[in-house]
Amino acid sequence: MQSLSNRKKVLDQKPLNFWERMYLPAIARGLGITIRHFFKPKATYKYPEVERPYSKNFRGQHSLKRDEAGRERCTACGLCALSCPAEAITMISAERKKGEEHLYREEKYAAVYEINMLRCIFCGLCEEACPKEAIFLDGSHVPPEQLRKDFIYGKDKLVEPRFEYKKEKEITA
Amino acid sequence: MESALLVEKTILVVAVFAITLFIAMYSTLVERKVAGFMQARFGPDRAGPFGILQPLCDGGKFFFKEEIIPAGAHKFLFIMGPTVAMFTACISSAVIPWGQELTIGERVIRLQVADINVGVLYMFGVVALGVYGIMIGGWASNNKYSLMGAVRAASQSISYEIGMGLSLIALLMVTGSLSLREIVAQQEGFVNWNIWVQPLGFLIFLVCAFAECNRVPFDLAECETELIGGYNVEYSSMKLAFYMFAEYINMFVSSSLMAALYFGGYNFPFMYDLGLSQNWITIIGVLVFFAKILAFIFFFMWIRWTVPRFRYDQLMNLGWKVLIPLAVVNIVLTGIVTIVKDTYF
Repeated sequence: MQSLSNRKKVLDQKPLNFWERMYLPAIARGLGITIRHFFKPKATYKYPEVERPYSKNFRGQHSLKRDEAGRERCTACGLCALSCPAEAITMISAERKKGEEHLYREEKYAAVYEINMLRCIFCGLCEEACPKEAIFLDGSHVPPEQLRKDFIYGKDKLVEPRFEYKKEKEITA
Repeated sequence: MESALLVEKTILVVAVFAITLFIAMYSTLVERKVAGFMQARFGPDRAGPFGILQPLCDGGKFFFKEEIIPAGAHKFLFIMGPTVAMFTACISSAVIPWGQELTIGERVIRLQVADINVGVLYMFGVVALGVYGIMIGGWASNNKYSLMGAVRAASQSISYEIGMGLSLIALLMVTGSLSLREIVAQQEGFVNWNIWVQPLGFLIFLVCAFAECNRVPFDLAECETELIGGYNVEYSSMKLAFYMFAEYINMFVSSSLMAALYFGGYNFPFMYDLGLSQNWITIIGVLVFFAKILAFIFFFMWIRWTVPRFRYDQLMNLGWKVLIPLAVVNIVLTGIVTIVKDTYF
């Protein structure tokens, strides 16, 4: 039958000729290859000293973002939890009180927001689903833990650290 | 005078022993380094700069491992195995001429522990003994894999000893002496090296040396993929380390033997034309000899990470059907050439 891919190769196994049966030329060629590899640059990253660069579209640990005024963007709509194919996200919403305007951008916010890092498959669907641009998988690897419960990350680990924003005082005032 | 000789020889023996062990110790590191470099990695480099403390760590670890003697094992022979392997590996360095002569004051010191006139034979005998360590250990373990490894080692080393001996006979026809000192002394300079008159003999000797040392591609005695470690499956702790160490010492000794027999030993080109004093020639000669040995050790490792293991029938075919006939042909050719040279030139 005709090959459609044109990549089919017929294996032809001729008996070895004298030169090939001597082994030595082949061994010499092999030695040449290994010695070339000996002097080639090495693929190893010497880890603690040199870190391996991540790819641009690497999806790591989640972080919950703040807006330019330092307020949490998440409004606890639950779309991320809904989109999550691994059911890793859960949250409890709460209503913003008076005087908390400098903490939460919307009137509703996530009082508890938990991601189970053992369930998470780092697909990035939560990131896509979020209408508020509040969650991004832009961290590094999830570090190892001793206990399963420590892999359930709460807001303390997820929310971006708060920077000193200039506008913050204006909003409170 | 006699006590001075005793002191001299004692120092020499201790020095040779120490150097042998030191080189064997660092061969383990170098082997792993070479393996790494040939596989695009760095090899061990965490213990000290460039990993130079790695052998010490390995040794320390071996010391603290649990010593296990299997219930079904023959206890005495089980301990004898690695001991014999180590012992035979160590005594073989006695006849190797490390250098010419050092003159200190009145005294002329020959840098060789024992200049016996049958040095090559002694060497050959000791190398043949080497397999007993593996055989005894493999048999005493009372484990089928060990036994298979031991049997393989025994038949392999017997097969290859013949090829080795025959290739040496051709060499002895050229040199006319069994004393290693004499053989090395004949190869003065560069053009007199035996490799130029015995290239085929050297090739056979090289292949047989690989087989005698149980090195890849002839490491069927330990063959991890088939025999999960072969003769040393049941060994642990320092006994296992002894076996591994003996292998590296054997490698060192056979490297030095090849350097001495075929590559001029301590001789180096233009050694008498540079106007150096005898002591300096000797010292440089020793360094040159060690450079040659280290080059051979590197070659052993280079081969190890290049050539895959032979199948057992291939090994036997190579030994009996290729190397031995070739060695015989080599003897005949050497004989003809010698006679032609003597009669017509």
